[in-house]
Parts: sequence; C-alpha cells; structure tokens
Amino acid sequence: MMKSLLIAMALVAPLVHATEYTQIQPQQSHIAFTYKQMGVAMDGRFKRFNSTISFDPAKPANAKASFDVELASIDTGGTESDEEVAGKSWFNTKAFPTASFVSTSIKPLTANRYEVSGKLSIKAKTLDIVVPASFISQGKNGVFEGSFTIRRGDFSIGEGPWAKFDVVANDVQVKFRITATAAK
Amino acid sequence: MSTQYTRTAKSLHWMMALMIFGLIPLGMYMHELPLSPEKLQLYSWHKWIGVTVFVLLLVRVSWRLTHQPPALPEQMSKIQKTASHAGHIALYLLMLAIPLSGWLMSSAKGYQTVWFGVLPIPDLLGKDKELGETLAEVHESLSWVMVTILIVHVAAALKHHFIDKDDVLTRMIPGHRPTTENE
Repeated sequence: MMKSLLIAMALVAPLVHATEYTQIQPQQSHIAFTYKQMGVAMDGRFKRFNSTISFDPAKPANAKASFDVELASIDTGGTESDEEVAGKSWFNTKAFPTASFVSTSIKPLTANRYEVSGKLSIKAKTLDIVVPASFISQGKNGVFEGSFTIRRGDFSIGEGPWAKFDVVANDVQVKFRITATAAK
Repeated sequence: MSTQYTRTAKSLHWMMALMIFGLIPLGMYMHELPLSPEKLQLYSWHKWIGVTVFVLLLVRVSWRLTHQPPALPEQMSKIQKTASHAGHIALYLLMLAIPLSGWLMSSAKGYQTVWFGVLPIPDLLGKDKELGETLAEVHESLSWVMVTILIVHVAAALKHHFIDKDDVLTRMIPGHRPTTENE
C-alpha cells in the first residue's frame, strides 16, 4: 500500500511541478531578420506580432507554438524602404497583412535544444520549415531563441524588378527571441 | 628641375579626374531615383568608386610629398601663384573630406560600405538618423564646393594654355615631352 502510494506520488510529482510556459512577454521578445544587399549585410525587425506558445520542458512533444507577424510593422531602418517592402512587389500587406507560423511537431535534440517543424505562410504560400530552437529558463521566464533561413523567392517576396537576387539576396535569415512566463 | 610631372603623378591625376567627373553626376542622378534595384546598384558603385578615389588620394599625397612638382611659370604674379597653391590644397582637402563624409554618412544611415562587394570597410559611426542626414548635407555641400573649384581649375588650365601660352597644361598631359628635350 505504502509502496504503491509512493509510486503514485512519484508519477504525479513531475506533473505538479511541471511548468508550462504560455504567457508571451512582448517587451522581451523580438523577431528580426538579416539579408545581404549588394554584398552588404543588412538587418531589420518586425515590431508587432502575436504568438501563442505552450511549452513544458518535461513534455516537449506536447508543445505548441504559433506566430502571426504583422508585416506592416516591418522596420528596415528607413521610411522609404519600409514603404517599399510593404508595397505590392514585396509583402503586399494590404492583401496579405500577416505572415504566420504554426508548429506541427517539436522534437528534442539535446538538452535545451529542439527541432520545431511547422508551416510558414507568407503571401498565401505555405511551406514546411524546420526551425532549430533553444530553451533556457531564467527565473520565472522561459526564453526561446533560434534562427532559420528562408528564400524570399519561395514566397514571392520581391517581385517584378526585385525578383532577381543580384541586388537583394535570396536568403533571408530570421532570428527570434521569445520570452514567456508560466501560467499561474 | 623637371618641367614635367612624373608619369605616376600624371596617371594619378587623370585616373582620379575621370572618377570624380563620373562620381559627381552619378551622385546627383542616383539621389533623385525612386527606390529600385538600379538605385541600390548605383549607390554601391558610387561608394566603390568613392573609396577608390580616397585610396588613390592617399597614394597621391604620399607621392606629392616625396616628389617635387614642376615650378609654376615665372611670369605668374605672386597673387596668381598663391591662388594656384590655395586651389590645389583645397582640392586635396575636398578629395579627402568628400569620400570621408560619404563613408560616415553611409555608416550613420546603417549601410556598411563593402568595397566592390568584397572588402567590408569598418563603420566608424553607429546608426544615427539625424547625424546621417547632417552628413548627407555636408557631403552634398562639399561636392558643390568641389564643382566650383574644378570649374576654376579647368578654366585656369585652359587660360594657361590658350592665353598665357605656357606649359602648365601640357606638362600634365600623358606622353607629352617638353620641347626643351627636343631642342
């Protein structure tokens, strides 16, 4: 009797102490990108995005993440280029205001490192991507970090005169840092 | 003393003249273009040529400091000689200050300069929008000062050749031999 109780407690204990990180802290989260223009490394970021995450380090396979990035909130470092990339040949934010990512599976690699597979949709085009991400708990917060590279041509980001990659390169590296706290 | 500039001095003078005569209209033209791949390409070319002028200037100043240039014609008045020296010093300073202001402007605006798309040139300034705009004005104003002095420079060279009929222009012409050598 005593023995089975102990076993039951041992089984329940991790569930009781499990921390599921779900509350995104927008002030401590960012999504940025880098690319090359005429051989020069350039960077920018998206100022606004919504994200829902549920991540319990004890049960990573059950974790879920989804992002909606408000494309018009892009900051390329200049007004003229911000307007240009919001325009028709780039993101066409009037017709396609958001880019979204929805995870389909999360696979632990090594301690604190995960492989997040999911679907990335930009400009009505959806592609499967794999995103390596790390997780660190910092006090109450859990911090997710990672980066992945997309080819802008795959999503028709930059059409017409911009479709060639001689001036603005095809590869765009997306970097993110998402801070979430555990739900009370 | 030689009455001719050295071959090196002539080469540097004409190479840089060609580049500067390209850079100024290119700068004015590209500035007015709407954002397009062409505009970004022209900006890069302008920066690459500008950096080249800056590097050549360093070579040229070192050469100038170690090689005595031919003296000005004796019939020139003292004021003319002073004006000539002042004009040349101003051109050297502008050839230094204009690429420098362009480089700093580029950094302040958040665009690193990568020479010929290969060699990154360090950013001396962090990104600073207001400073970038100030430097853009400095770059433009200095270029206008240079255009003015260049007009005087060319006009003076032509005056020396056609009115004064001295060797001030011909001694800078590549391949040209002073008549004294043939006599």
